[in-house]
Amino acid sequence: MDWIEFPSLSRGTLRDIRVTIDGGFREFTRTYGEMLERATEPLEDFLVFLEHLLIESPWPIVLVVLVGIVFLMSRNVKITAGSFVALVLIGVFGMWEDTMRTIAMVTVCTMLAIFLGIPIGILMARSDKFQSIVNPVLDLMQTMPAFVYLIPVVMIFGLGKVPGLIAIVIYAIPPMIRLTNLGIRLVDPDVLEAADAFGSSARQKLVNVQLPLALPTIMAGINQTIMMALAMVVVAALIGVKGLGQPVLNAIANQYFTMGVMNGLAIVAIAIIFDRATQAYGKRLQKHSEVIHG
Amino acid sequence: MAEATGIEIKSLYKIFGPNGAEMVQKIKDGMSKAELNEQFNHVLGLNDINISMPGGKIQVVMGLSGSGKSTLIRHINRLIDPTAGEVLYGGEDVCQMSEKELREFRRHKTAMVFQKFALLPHRTVMKNTVYGLEIQGVPMKEAEERAARWIDRVGLSGFEDHYPNQLSGGMQQRVGLARALTNDADILLMDEAFSALDPLIRMDMQTVLLDLQEELHKTIVFITHDLDEALRLGDKIAILRDGAVIQQGTGQDIVLNPADAYIADFVKEVNRGRVILVDTVMDRTRTLEGGLTVSSGIMLEEAAKTFAESGEGELSVVNGDGAPLGVLNIQDAITAMVTPATH
Repeated sequence: MDWIEFPSLSRGTLRDIRVTIDGGFREFTRTYGEMLERATEPLEDFLVFLEHLLIESPWPIVLVVLVGIVFLMSRNVKITAGSFVALVLIGVFGMWEDTMRTIAMVTVCTMLAIFLGIPIGILMARSDKFQSIVNPVLDLMQTMPAFVYLIPVVMIFGLGKVPGLIAIVIYAIPPMIRLTNLGIRLVDPDVLEAADAFGSSARQKLVNVQLPLALPTIMAGINQTIMMALAMVVVAALIGVKGLGQPVLNAIANQYFTMGVMNGLAIVAIAIIFDRATQAYGKRLQKHSEVIHG
Repeated sequence: MAEATGIEIKSLYKIFGPNGAEMVQKIKDGMSKAELNEQFNHVLGLNDINISMPGGKIQVVMGLSGSGKSTLIRHINRLIDPTAGEVLYGGEDVCQMSEKELREFRRHKTAMVFQKFALLPHRTVMKNTVYGLEIQGVPMKEAEERAARWIDRVGLSGFEDHYPNQLSGGMQQRVGLARALTNDADILLMDEAFSALDPLIRMDMQTVLLDLQEELHKTIVFITHDLDEALRLGDKIAILRDGAVIQQGTGQDIVLNPADAYIADFVKEVNRGRVILVDTVMDRTRTLEGGLTVSSGIMLEEAAKTFAESGEGELSVVNGDGAPLGVLNIQDAITAMVTPATH
């Protein structure tokens, strides 16, 4: 026996495996692709609506509304002023429209990730068995190179917004799920016992005790999800998502250094605005934990 | 208020471990806690508990840590499921209730106060206090009205909008008490409710509880590791050790006739003047013409005060109608109040 070469499957066998799986998947795409596409239509409609709203409305209104939202969330003049300056600079350097597209995309992705991630996180916290199934899937989602799962997504949905959305959500949802699960599992068992002793049903316990007490952790999850969604914007540009990612790709291909840096900085600026606003909001929700009896 | 119902605990066993049910027989056959742990890796929590808790009174369960007292109280509202035995309340076995029945039982019949307060940190004092009513579905306006009364009663008026961690430990436990009382349940379960408080605050809370009980007459089960607290609060006391009841009775029974050396050791330092009734010490064979009177049923310490203030050597003990029952001699009173050398 030859101990130098690893006894791998023959090329023929490997090719057969590939052909079989690819063929099967193509078959699946042909059969269900249209159905899946139709199922995700409302999502696309909403994304398009939001994008239009941000781009077609007069820019001063959009600017005021965005800065207003930041203020309402953070109640902090410094963060609000910073956001205003950042958005004005983005506009001045001609990236307004791309930035609006990216904001729309990240907003929808985050909403979807929260909408799916929190229930999954809750189920995980309730069942150790479910947790042991979901955890490896999350590991896979976080470590599998994004380009790899872009392939089946593109095969099913083609190029465009929805496949980009799905790719971003796959990439960004794991912290949402993990931190919801963790937050609920870390709730003080004494308080849970008290809720039981007063006759709470499972739902009452969830709404009155577990979710509110897990909120700081869940907020950290939302924050992480937003950051990861923004990081994924450039990769999603590969499959036709418009926004700040495309000029970056363009800059890589053509070695336009300044263009790359400017769009990259715009992404950083949005990330910081989102981050500070959500963090300040989360902190405000936790007001009760700040004042400690002396 | 109608006559409160008592709680009957009958042959209750709790054995922690995967095959608890099988181990009950081994315990019944005389296996010890240590042997069970060593040979079968099961932990004996409660061993053949039989306690009849009187309705409308305070039943104290006393024991050191690890004696199973917290496990026992959690069987009354079944936060812990028993391995064998019955917990009867008004003829109904709590251990046989379905999940729904149990939830209703917990909502309407029991309320609990916890050692570590277990308040909801994200809710204000008011919102914590209404919790029991809220999950029963009582309209918020009515719930807040009822809660406000109890917040006031435990002395927290003006703190309704504070969060728990803005309050001191004693105040937090007042919230815990108000939360339990607002539920208006017949049974009040208090799991080392005052143990985390410093001595002065603890005395204070005991007084609050006794005052409340005077008008409420709830069936209170009070867990403590502190004998003084047990004697002060308990109409009836059960002493637990290694998961078994080793003595039960009134405070006076336990102090005067400790069942074994373990309990004798416990009661050695007790202030007997506060535990022993004048009735126990008085001479019933004769009565006194005239002289100072004290009423039957008071503690020796109170009688001692009368002795001290009057300078008399003998007092007449009378019943509620003023009829003489016997004579209390100062010598006998002092002898009864000091710890006998034989203990």
